[in-house]
Amino acid sequence: MNHDSSKGMGVLKRIFHHQYIWGVVAILLLLFINMIKDPSYLSITVNETNGNLVGNLIDILRAAAPVMMIAVGMCLVIATSGIDLSVGSLMVVAGAVSMEFLKGASDNLGAALAALGLALAIAAVLGAVNGLLVSVVGLQPFISTLVMMLAGRGIAKVITGGQNTASTNGSFRWIANGYVVGLPVVFLIALLVVIAVGLLVRRSALGLMIEAIGMDPKAARLAGVNRRGLQVLVYTLSGLLAGIAGVFATASVMTVDVSRTGDQMEMDAILAVVIGGTSLAGGKFNITGAFVGSLLIATLDKTVVFLGVSSSATPAFKALVIVVLCLLQSDRIRSLFKGRSPAAAAPSVEEKEVVAA
Amino acid sequence: MSITTESRTDVPGGRPDGAASEAGARGFAARIAGWVKSRIDLMPTLASLVIFVAMVIYGEAAYGRILQMNTISNLLINNSSLIIIAVGMTFVIITGGIDLSVGAVIAFSSVSGVMLINHGWNPWVVMIVMILIGSAFGSISGILVQYFNVQPFIATLAMMFLARGLASMLSTVPERLPDDSALRQLATKIKLVDGPKVNDFVITPGVIIAILVVLVAFFILHRTRMGRTVYAIGGSEQSASLMGLPVRSTKLWVYIISGSLSGLSAVVYTARLGIAQNITGIGWELDAIAATVIGGTLLTGGVGFVLGSVVGALVLGLMNVLITRDGGIPPAATTIITGGILLAFVLLQRLVQAKQRE
Amino acid sequence: MTQAHPIIEMKGISITFPGVKALDQVDFRLFPGEVHTLMGENGAGKSTLIKALTGVYRIDEGHIFMGSQEIRLGGTSDAQNAGISTVYQEVNLCTNLTIGENVMLGHEVRTPLGINWRATHKAASHNLAKLGLGHLNPRAPLSSLSIALQQLVAISRSMVTETKVLILDEPTSSLDAVEVEQLFSVIRKLRDEGVAILFVSHFLDQVYAISDRMTVLRNGTFVGEYLTEELNRTDLIAKMIGKDIAALRSLDSQSASRQREDRGEPIYSAQGISKKGAIDEVDITLHKGEVVGFAGLLGSGRTELARLIYGADKPETGSVHVHGEKQDISSPAAALTQRIAFSSENRRDEGIIRDLSVRENLILAVQAKRGWAKPLSKKESDEIVEKYINQLNVRPADPDRAIKNLSGGNQQKVLLGRWLATQPDILILDEPTRGIDVGAKAEIQERVLELAQEGVSVVFISSELEEVVRLSDRIVVLKDHKKIAEFENGPQVTAESIVTTIAQDGLDDQSGETTGEEAER
Repeated sequence: MNHDSSKGMGVLKRIFHHQYIWGVVAILLLLFINMIKDPSYLSITVNETNGNLVGNLIDILRAAAPVMMIAVGMCLVIATSGIDLSVGSLMVVAGAVSMEFLKGASDNLGAALAALGLALAIAAVLGAVNGLLVSVVGLQPFISTLVMMLAGRGIAKVITGGQNTASTNGSFRWIANGYVVGLPVVFLIALLVVIAVGLLVRRSALGLMIEAIGMDPKAARLAGVNRRGLQVLVYTLSGLLAGIAGVFATASVMTVDVSRTGDQMEMDAILAVVIGGTSLAGGKFNITGAFVGSLLIATLDKTVVFLGVSSSATPAFKALVIVVLCLLQSDRIRSLFKGRSPAAAAPSVEEKEVVAA
Repeated sequence: MSITTESRTDVPGGRPDGAASEAGARGFAARIAGWVKSRIDLMPTLASLVIFVAMVIYGEAAYGRILQMNTISNLLINNSSLIIIAVGMTFVIITGGIDLSVGAVIAFSSVSGVMLINHGWNPWVVMIVMILIGSAFGSISGILVQYFNVQPFIATLAMMFLARGLASMLSTVPERLPDDSALRQLATKIKLVDGPKVNDFVITPGVIIAILVVLVAFFILHRTRMGRTVYAIGGSEQSASLMGLPVRSTKLWVYIISGSLSGLSAVVYTARLGIAQNITGIGWELDAIAATVIGGTLLTGGVGFVLGSVVGALVLGLMNVLITRDGGIPPAATTIITGGILLAFVLLQRLVQAKQRE
Repeated sequence: MTQAHPIIEMKGISITFPGVKALDQVDFRLFPGEVHTLMGENGAGKSTLIKALTGVYRIDEGHIFMGSQEIRLGGTSDAQNAGISTVYQEVNLCTNLTIGENVMLGHEVRTPLGINWRATHKAASHNLAKLGLGHLNPRAPLSSLSIALQQLVAISRSMVTETKVLILDEPTSSLDAVEVEQLFSVIRKLRDEGVAILFVSHFLDQVYAISDRMTVLRNGTFVGEYLTEELNRTDLIAKMIGKDIAALRSLDSQSASRQREDRGEPIYSAQGISKKGAIDEVDITLHKGEVVGFAGLLGSGRTELARLIYGADKPETGSVHVHGEKQDISSPAAALTQRIAFSSENRRDEGIIRDLSVRENLILAVQAKRGWAKPLSKKESDEIVEKYINQLNVRPADPDRAIKNLSGGNQQKVLLGRWLATQPDILILDEPTRGIDVGAKAEIQERVLELAQEGVSVVFISSELEEVVRLSDRIVVLKDHKKIAEFENGPQVTAESIVTTIAQDGLDDQSGETTGEEAER
C-alpha cells in the first residue's frame, strides 16, 4: 500500500468497518431524493407559539421512536441466536391494557403513570414467558414467540372485548405528542432508552455474555455463564421495550387498534437489526446499528408517502431487502467479496478445518 | 444399550398349563413392550389418534350430534385445505426445517388467482398458475436455505413478509369469484351417502384432492429414495451427505413441495369460499405446524408421519367444532388455544426425548 | 500379497485453504488387497487427503488416478460411484432410522411401485452377514446398537456397492480391545478379498498390528511411503514429528521423583454419586496437590463422572462435600463458586468460542463467575491475559486475535488458561492433549505436574494410558460406568497392568446377561 494514501485509506477503512455505514448512506440517499422533489425538505423551523421544532426531519424522528425500541430489543434477542416474533403483538397488548385502564380512570398524571406501569409490566411479563419457554423449557425461539405472536393479539382482543378502545388522558397523550426543548418527547425518551441499553450492555459484561451464548451455548454453559437467566432477561427486555413501543403508538392517537397496531412491526425490527450489522445467526451484535436501522425505516416510510408512491408496496420492498441482506450475510457471498474463492466445493455441512485436524 | 428385538423372543414349550398361560400372558406383554420400544417413533401418532377418538366421544357426550355423517363431512370439507398444507409442512419439518410462509403464500396465490379469473383468464390455467406461484415461493425459500445457508425460519419468515406484502399490493379488499366460475366446481358437494334429513355424507372434489395429496405424500415418504433421504436429512444431515445421498437437491425440493402445496391449498380454499383477500391465511402456519406436531412429527426433525399430520389437522378441526358448539369461548381465543395445544405437544415431545436420552 | 498396480494413485495433490496450505504436492498410492495406514501428527494433512479422495474437498493441484484412469471427484456421490467407501470416526449413520434402512440407504430395492421393503431388508441382512452380523434384526432401530456395532454396520454399507477402496478414518477411537479385534478381523477378511483399505489411526499398537504399508505426512507434505515391517516405531515417530521425543521422556523421571507426602484431609469427597445411563454410584475423594488419573476405555464413564463432579450434569444420588462442608453442585456456575474447574474433551464445541478473541476466551469463566454486572477492568483483564499467555506459551501471543486462527495446541492452551484464571482448587482435565502436536503436549503435561506442586488437585483423564501412568499419583479405573479399582501409582503400575485390571474385571463378572448384539467377553 502506498504510504501517502495509506493514512487516508486507514480512516476510510475504519469508517467502513462498521457495517451500519451502509444504513447511514441509505438514509442520506433517501433524504437526497426527497430534496430533489422539494429542495426545502430538510428545513427545520421553529413554531412561534410553543417553541417546538417543526419539519420533515422532526417527523422522521417521531416516527422512528417505536421501531427503535423494538429494534434494540430484537437486537439483543437475535444476538443470543433467538428471535422474537411477538413484538408487534406485545405492542398491541400494551396499548390495549393502557387504553382499557384509562377509559375508566380520571384524566390526571397519576392515572397516566399507573396505566404506563401496568402496560409495561404486562408486556414485560409476557416477554418473560417467552424467555422461560426458550430457556427453561428449551423450546425453539421461533416457535414459542410465534405462538405468543398469535396468542398475544388474541389476548389483546379479549382485553378490549374486540373493540378498538379509546380514552383520554392528557399526560399519557403527552408522551407521544409532547415536546421538550423543542424536540419531540417521544424521540427523546426513545433515544435515552437506546443509550441506556447501549451503556448497560457495553459497560457491563452483558455484551460478552450474550455474545458467548449466541456463538456457542454449550461452551458458555461450561464456562459458568448463566444462560437461562440471561435468556429470560433478554426476552423480558424485548417484551418491555415492545411495551414502550406500544405505548408510543397508542398514545399518539389515544386509541388501540387491535387488528392494526403493531401489525408486521416484527419485520421492521428484524430489518433494522440486520441493516445495522447484527448477524441473524447470533453472536456479535451492534446496537448503534439497530439505531441507524430504525432511522432508516422511518425515513423510508416517510419518503414513500412524500413521493406519493403507494404505501402498500413498502412491506414487500422491506421483505425484499431482508432477503438481500440475508444473502449478503451468508458465507457464500461473503467469501466472494473477500476475494478468496472457497478452496473446496465443500457441502455446507462440512466445516473446513484450517488448522490442526 | 440393547433392547429385546422380535427375533429374540423365545417361545417356551412343554410347560405345565397354568404356568404356560401365565408365561404366555407375560410373554405377550413383553412382546407388546418390545414392539412399542422398537417402533417408538410411531407412538405419538397413535397417541394423536387416541386423542381424536377421545375428543369425538367427549363431544358426542357433551354436545351431541358429533358422531354423525354431516358433521364428519363438514369436518373433512372445511379442513381439506389445512390437511394439504399440513402435508407440505410435514416434509419440511422432518428434514429439520420449517415453513412459516404457508399462510401468506395462500393469500397471495388466491388473490392473484381470483383477480386473474376476473380478468378473463381460463380458470383451469389459473389453478395451475396458483400452484406454480406457491412453487416459486418455495423455490426461493429452498435456495436461501440450501445454497445460502440461511436458517429455515428466517428464510421462510422473509418469504412470509414478501408474500403478504405482494398480496397487499394487489388488493386490500376482498376479491370475489364469479358465481359461475369453473373454480367453484371444486367445491361442489357430492353426496356419497344419503341419510335422513340433512344428515348425509358429503364430500367435495377438494376433499378428494386432499386425499390424493396424502396418498402421494405417503408413497413418496415411505416408498421412494427421496423420502428416505428426507428422513435421513432429519436424522443427520452430515451423515446423509457423507453417505452420498442427494441432500442438496432434496432440501430444495421439500420447500418447493411445501410451496406448491400451499398453492394447491389456495385453490381448494378459494373454491370453497369464493372470496380471496390479502389477510387470508394469517395464523395458518401455526395451524399447519400444530397439525404436524400433534400428529407425531418431531419439531426437531427425523421422525414423523404424514398420516399423523392428517389426524392432527382433524384434531384441530374438531376442536374448532367443539368450541363453536360450546359457545362460551370467544372466537378470539381460538388462536390462544391452538397455541396452547401446540406448546403442550412440543413440551411433551421434549419430555419424552429427555427421558429417551437416559 | 499386494498386486503390482496400485488401484489409487494420487500425484502432486495440493489443497489450499484461506491462509493455510493444507496439502503441498502430496503423493499417495494404494494397492488392492492391502491395509495402508496414513500416519502423521495433527495438522499433517491426513484428514484433508482423505477428504480429497472422498470427494468432500476439491483439489487445487494434482491428479487422482483410479486404475489407470484419471478421475475427478466433484462430490461424495462421485467417490461412491467410483467404488470408494468411507467410514468416519463419528459413525455417520442416521440414528433415527432402522439398521436395515441405514445399510441400504440410497440403494434400496425398487420396483415400479416403489421400494420393496421386504427385499430391501433381506438384502440388508445379506450384507450384514458378510461381516458376521447376520443375526441383527434389520428392522430394529440403529440406536439400539452400541457404537462399535454401529461402526460395523457403517462398514457393511460398503458391501452394498462394489467397494474397491475402503477408507477407515480413526475407526477405533470409541472401541474397546475386544471390539477392536472384531473390527480387525473384518478388515483382514476384506483385505484378503482384494479390497484396498486405507486406515488412519494414531494408536501405534493398532497401526503395527493391522497395516501392511504406511505413508507418513508432516505439515502437509509427503515424507515417505514404507512397508510396515521395514520401519520401527522410533523411526516412524521421528519421521512424523521431525524432532526427538526426549521432552516427553523427561517427564517420566519428573513424576517418579515427586514426593508422596501425607495428603491430609480430602478437599473434595463424593459418596455414591450417580446418574442413570451415565455412571453408577461412585465414591471419589480428591486431595490437595495430587494428580488423580481416571483410566478406562472410551465409554467407561470417565467423562460422565467428571461432568458430575463439575455439575455439568446433575448427580441423581449421593452427596458431595467440599472442604468438609456439604455442597450441592448442580451446575457449572456452582462448581466454579466452589473453585472446581473442568476442561471438556470436546474442545471445539464445548470449549473455545471460535468467534471471540483470545482475550475474551481467557477471561470468560472469571467474568461469568463475577456476573454480568461486574465487568473486569481493562487492567484486570490485561493482567490475566498476559499472565497466561506467557505461562502457557500461547503462540501467537496476540490477545485480540480471533481464537479460531490459532492451532489446536494453542487453542487448548488458551482453554487451559481460562480455567487456571479462576484459580481453582480442583482442576479436571478431560483429554487435554488429544489431537495436539507433541510439543504442546509436553508443555501441557509439564504444567499439570507444576500445578500439583502448587497445591492444585488435578483430575487427569486420558485415553492414552501411558500419559495417565506418567502423571498420576493415584489412579481410578472405570469400566462400564462403574469404578472398578483405585490404587496409588508406583513402579508396578503400567499401562499393561491397568488394561489387565479392566480385562480381569469382566472375566469375574459372568452373572450379567449376555446380549445378542454386543460381543461376549
